[in-house]
Amino acid sequence: MPKTPLTFTLNDGEVAVFVDPGASLIDVLRRGVGDLTPKQGCAQGTCGACTVLIDGKPHLSCLTLAETVEGRRIDTTAGLAGGPNLHPLQKAFMEGFSAQCGFCTSGMLMASKALLDRTPNPTRDEVIEAISGNLCRCTGYEPIVDAILSAAQQGGAR
Amino acid sequence: MLSVETYPTLAEASQAMTDRSRFLAGGTLVMRAVNYGDQGFDRIVRARQVDRDIRTESGGLRIGAGATMADVLASRDAALLHVVAARIGGPAVRNMATVGGNLFAPNPYGEFTTALLALDAQVVGVNGQTTPIESFLSGRAHHRGLIAAVTVPRVSEGDFRFLKATRIKPKGVAIMTIAATLTRGDTRLAFGNMGPTPLRAKSAERALNNATLDERGIAQALEVCTQDLQPADDPLASSWYRREVAPVHLKRLLLNGGRR
Repeated sequence: MPKTPLTFTLNDGEVAVFVDPGASLIDVLRRGVGDLTPKQGCAQGTCGACTVLIDGKPHLSCLTLAETVEGRRIDTTAGLAGGPNLHPLQKAFMEGFSAQCGFCTSGMLMASKALLDRTPNPTRDEVIEAISGNLCRCTGYEPIVDAILSAAQQGGAR
Repeated sequence: MLSVETYPTLAEASQAMTDRSRFLAGGTLVMRAVNYGDQGFDRIVRARQVDRDIRTESGGLRIGAGATMADVLASRDAALLHVVAARIGGPAVRNMATVGGNLFAPNPYGEFTTALLALDAQVVGVNGQTTPIESFLSGRAHHRGLIAAVTVPRVSEGDFRFLKATRIKPKGVAIMTIAATLTRGDTRLAFGNMGPTPLRAKSAERALNNATLDERGIAQALEVCTQDLQPADDPLASSWYRREVAPVHLKRLLLNGGRR
């Protein structure tokens, strides 16, 4: 089966790849482009570890047919930091010990970035709702919620 | 080997569907099947034209089948259904999962469809043919053709109730979902995850028609609420457990809007 050409914007850079029929976006990002920040967890839309932003909105890259992102903008955790300067969310996660094994962290960061981009000063309930599709088996969630609120206080929408 | 075919319109995509095809809308069902190696299909069919329009018409509400749960939440016209869409998945799932796809969602999903069943919705095919949702669901396993939209008759917001019972808060898959339209003399009560498709509890509906919504008035409905249901055992709950707790959740829905 012939591969399909696909172009999209990934974290401000233009990407052009050939994809297998039926390939998911996470496969293309990890294997085709080499962006290893989205994690493949459950592959069924339950864990949220693969969360990326498509045109600014959170999506599950494991359930996104790669061909559907033609011409669209994808943001992953790889594009959060500006050079050596961590994004306020990354900094807050680090300072708040909000990552233990770290497998959920990338999805948590993208889900919370989508929240802060839209709602710069969220309530605790809004934070909980924003990450309600992301599972963490280590932290008990409280350090993550605290970090997102802390990042918001420090102007986390960037 | 999987192939992907993209057509300009829904009508053309519909023509291309075969027994070995799956139509891709939001991807939450089809891509999951791809990821888990489902050998039941080898063609993914999609259309560039997606109807996400949600609007009020003379008879009620029309929701394009391509509307996502996030679209429903963003629509003032669909305010009645916000309580339903908000309980589906997290934000990422709601940005992807469509109303049309939910019509085909297997257990334990399909909460939106349960609500549509209680609301007496109509399913509109690409060919314009309209099917009552109850008939659609009874033949769902053998359904051919694509869905263009659903229409929902006008219902007073105060008459509609929805409850999703989960083990995990704030979000988790449903042990069961209950939706009710409590129009006096014309009660419709639907249960999700209590049968192979969302089902109406018709014995309980009859008991609720013209009943007063108090402990005494709903007692008979609670007694018979599982008579028309066929709950199965699954990793979330046993059939026995579901039958035991269904009256508890129904009571909460009827007397307390679903709150404990």
